[in-house]
Amino acid sequence: MSSSRLEILNDGGLRHDARRPYELRSTSFLLSTHTASSSSSSSSSSGLTPPDGSSTVTQGLTSVQVTVFGPREPKQRSQAAHDRATVVVEVGVVPWAAGGGGGAKRTRGDKRLQEIGAAIRQTFEPVIMTHLYPRSEIAINVQVLAADGGILPTSINATTLALIDAGISMLDYVTSISIGLHLLQPLLDLSQPEELDLPMLVVASLPSSGKITLAQMETRLHVDRFEEMLSLGTDEKSGR
Amino acid sequence: MVREIEPPLVQKEFLLAALAEGRRLDGRLPLEMRKVEYIFGEELGCVECRLGKTAVLAQVTATIAKPRDDRPYEGFLLINSEIGPMASSVYESGRASDDEVMITRLLEKSMRRTEAVDREALCIIAGEKVWHLRLTLHFLSDSGNLLDCAAMAGMAALRHFRKPEVEVIGDEVIIHSPDERAPVPLAIHHTPLCVTFAYFEDLQPILDPTHLEATLCEGTLSLTLNAQREICVLSKAGGTPLAADEIMGVVKVGVDRVREMVKHLEEELEKDRSTRVVEVR
Repeated sequence: MSSSRLEILNDGGLRHDARRPYELRSTSFLLSTHTASSSSSSSSSSGLTPPDGSSTVTQGLTSVQVTVFGPREPKQRSQAAHDRATVVVEVGVVPWAAGGGGGAKRTRGDKRLQEIGAAIRQTFEPVIMTHLYPRSEIAINVQVLAADGGILPTSINATTLALIDAGISMLDYVTSISIGLHLLQPLLDLSQPEELDLPMLVVASLPSSGKITLAQMETRLHVDRFEEMLSLGTDEKSGR
Repeated sequence: MVREIEPPLVQKEFLLAALAEGRRLDGRLPLEMRKVEYIFGEELGCVECRLGKTAVLAQVTATIAKPRDDRPYEGFLLINSEIGPMASSVYESGRASDDEVMITRLLEKSMRRTEAVDREALCIIAGEKVWHLRLTLHFLSDSGNLLDCAAMAGMAALRHFRKPEVEVIGDEVIIHSPDERAPVPLAIHHTPLCVTFAYFEDLQPILDPTHLEATLCEGTLSLTLNAQREICVLSKAGGTPLAADEIMGVVKVGVDRVREMVKHLEEELEKDRSTRVVEVR
């Protein structure tokens, strides 16, 4: 894929998928999307426990399904903490999801996925009121069904919804978005081709306080430019 | 995974009480780093970096390899960073813990993705022969903040390293041994170094957390910056929520610290260079 030929922003100020710079992709938020959760009586007879909460979030061509189990007894006794719940995150990408990314196969032990999992865990651990569920475990399963950029922000949005669906107490919602920078023009909600070309910042914030829980950036960027992107990120997220 | 024993509550309370007064257990100020020490090995490209009692040994080696077909002009830079039980008993060999994944990924991002080393300059004959650099990090002791120490050791080793001079005559490649011709340094664009801040609730952030501080803190923020005031990597994964201006505050502190750190590294490299005899014939 020769992404260098891609025109990030054309003369009319539109992006490659005809969006304006601050326009988000079409999004859909669905709750209780796991098939077993709608008919819990039939699945429990088969011996499988349906998830306590699930959600599917689609942002453009990226689609992520999250299921939440818990609070439940920890699978491993040693993982239990006496005064709070532990959060366990597992991230998987279905083999056909890696569209445009060169088709690189990702396994469960992949460092990139482990990193995303750790980021989600650390984002939600302080937001979930873990002290209400001592000695228990909250397991979050993230399954990326289609990947077209912004896996981490979509997963965070989906996890928030799934936790709400599971009825787990949280201090606030967590909302997340990716921000790119083309020359001096910030762009919101990057797609895969844009992600490969532009410096990208992922921000997750708590809308009621406007505070940032997660900020991740992987590309070289001048400090002054960064400042602009960061303030834009928090503004946009609180608008959600 | 081996879970570490949690520090006693008395120790936690003491640490927090001290921090509330603006003091730290080892007598540092909140935004003060531990003493950085570089120990250069006999060989070029071998540097041990010490940050207080944390120690990381970095070693750069170079071999000649065939480049990838889709990138015939690019050499390789491989970063090998496996944390073994030598650093601390919580690390198991063979199984990567969350911390290890974070450290490895951040190092990878700060050194490779930001193109600290010019990989096209590693080309000898396009499509045929390129230099394959291997940066191996040995984590010798973990007394907190392994990441910053590893980033410093890694960059110091890359800047300390000299690759043998090569001559290309037609299709033939002659590699001159260091006795014949002085080896050449790598083409390095910038020196990204890492600074880590730890957060405690309702207290100001502290720089360069020790192991105890890192276990007790509410969250950390790691920044990789260079002397040109560019952010290479920023990673704040969860932890205490911060306002945007608080983040900008630590970024500004980080910019100043990294500038000092790069200067210190350059002075140390210069000191080491002056002790090495390069005979010009």
